[in-house]
Amino acid sequence: MSDARVPGTLGAAWLVARKDLAIEFRTRTAFLSALVFAVLALSIFYFTWDESIVTAADRAPGVLWVVLTFSALLGLQRSFSIEEHDRGIDALLVAPISRESVYLGKAIGNLLFLCAIQVVAIPALALFYNLPLGRGMLLVCGIVFLAMLGIVAVGTLFSAMAVNTRLAELLLPMLSLPFFVPILINAAQATTRVLAGAPAETIWPWLKILIAFDIVFVVACTLAFPFTLEE
Amino acid sequence: MTTGSLRAGTVPRASLEARPVFDWFFWFGVACVVGLYVRAMYFTPLDSLQGAAQKIYYIHVPSALGAYLAVSIAALMSIVYLWLHDERADRLAEASAEVGIVFLSVVLTTGPLWGHQIWGAYWVWWDMRLTLTLFLWFVVAAYLVLRGAIEDDAQRARYSAVLAILGALLIPFIHLSVYLFQARLHPMPVVLKPDKPSLPGEMLTTFLLGFAAFSVLCIALIRARYRMGVLRDLVGDRGLERADD
Repeated sequence: MSDARVPGTLGAAWLVARKDLAIEFRTRTAFLSALVFAVLALSIFYFTWDESIVTAADRAPGVLWVVLTFSALLGLQRSFSIEEHDRGIDALLVAPISRESVYLGKAIGNLLFLCAIQVVAIPALALFYNLPLGRGMLLVCGIVFLAMLGIVAVGTLFSAMAVNTRLAELLLPMLSLPFFVPILINAAQATTRVLAGAPAETIWPWLKILIAFDIVFVVACTLAFPFTLEE
Repeated sequence: MTTGSLRAGTVPRASLEARPVFDWFFWFGVACVVGLYVRAMYFTPLDSLQGAAQKIYYIHVPSALGAYLAVSIAALMSIVYLWLHDERADRLAEASAEVGIVFLSVVLTTGPLWGHQIWGAYWVWWDMRLTLTLFLWFVVAAYLVLRGAIEDDAQRARYSAVLAILGALLIPFIHLSVYLFQARLHPMPVVLKPDKPSLPGEMLTTFLLGFAAFSVLCIALIRARYRMGVLRDLVGDRGLERADD
């Protein structure tokens, strides 16, 4: 091999992420199921309220965050279960890369996977719930990205843990959902205000907590990940 | 036999730690709480506004203190475990989490009973303490389910310690979010300000005795549960030995 140098932490992380995305791109099973779930749920939720009492635009934020959370869980579940079949995780662990880069790679892969779902789900939401496209929707996309960052940070770690337990995928929602609570409260409140056209100073406090959560949990989960692997 | 002498190393260590689960300290803790209720029921005056409903506070608030005490010990012992890899820290974390969920459940049961009388509703989301306790309950429940789902001792200890430490980091974020949520919708709770108790002397004494009694009960329960864990591990070791023979 001519190119035998060992990549740095981020370089190795990108290689892990690229491997996961290549697998996903060739099979497309998880992506399609999560995507269909998201669009299906968006359309079903339309019929759970009385249109004459609550307008579609008023319930859009709530629907968006319920659907995002559960489609994210679908994506996160497969993150480490794809390594189980041929004990692919062992190959990752004997590779000359740090354990932090395995975590970061998995997290980057999951983030891109979830963003790809949102690229379809958010326009579908705007279409089904008659939301005006424009600056508001751009801000919503920004909030979604901040929320996804936190969800992926925590979810990737718990996905690695859950796959090694007797309950496997069943455990992931139970472990992650309590940790999604602050993300969802802040993201949903910010989205509601953005879509209602509220002034920026009423939105900013929610975003500050969201950003702080992202920073704290990206760092904490990266540091915690090596403890979840066999020593 | 050589194997016998090798195994002998494990048995005395565990049997050294093995002690009766229900000893005098456990019954002392129970007696403290029984004494507290006799005092709260028969020797403490009724609240002029809230009537008998206020008596719930003598179980509700001290249980909350016990719950936070137990959960804090669990989080602290998890850090100690990841640091020293001492199985005693893991056993203590497990015992505290289990006692913690009992106290949290008491808080979540008695809170709505009081709220129904005073607020007119069993549950109000803008009460920070109740909402925070609910989410704490979910985290501790996840912790206990995770423990039950792992066979290997060292792996169970590492995973649950990671979850407990992340859970401790999570609490301030839930607190901030719920605070912001209720601050935008409601003014601060006006019905009661437990931060500044203006209680008459006898009630305050009962209240403080409640804190003391529940702290003793909490520690007694953790101690009993820890000893149960020691016995369980001892039986596990002996069971393995028998399987070897």
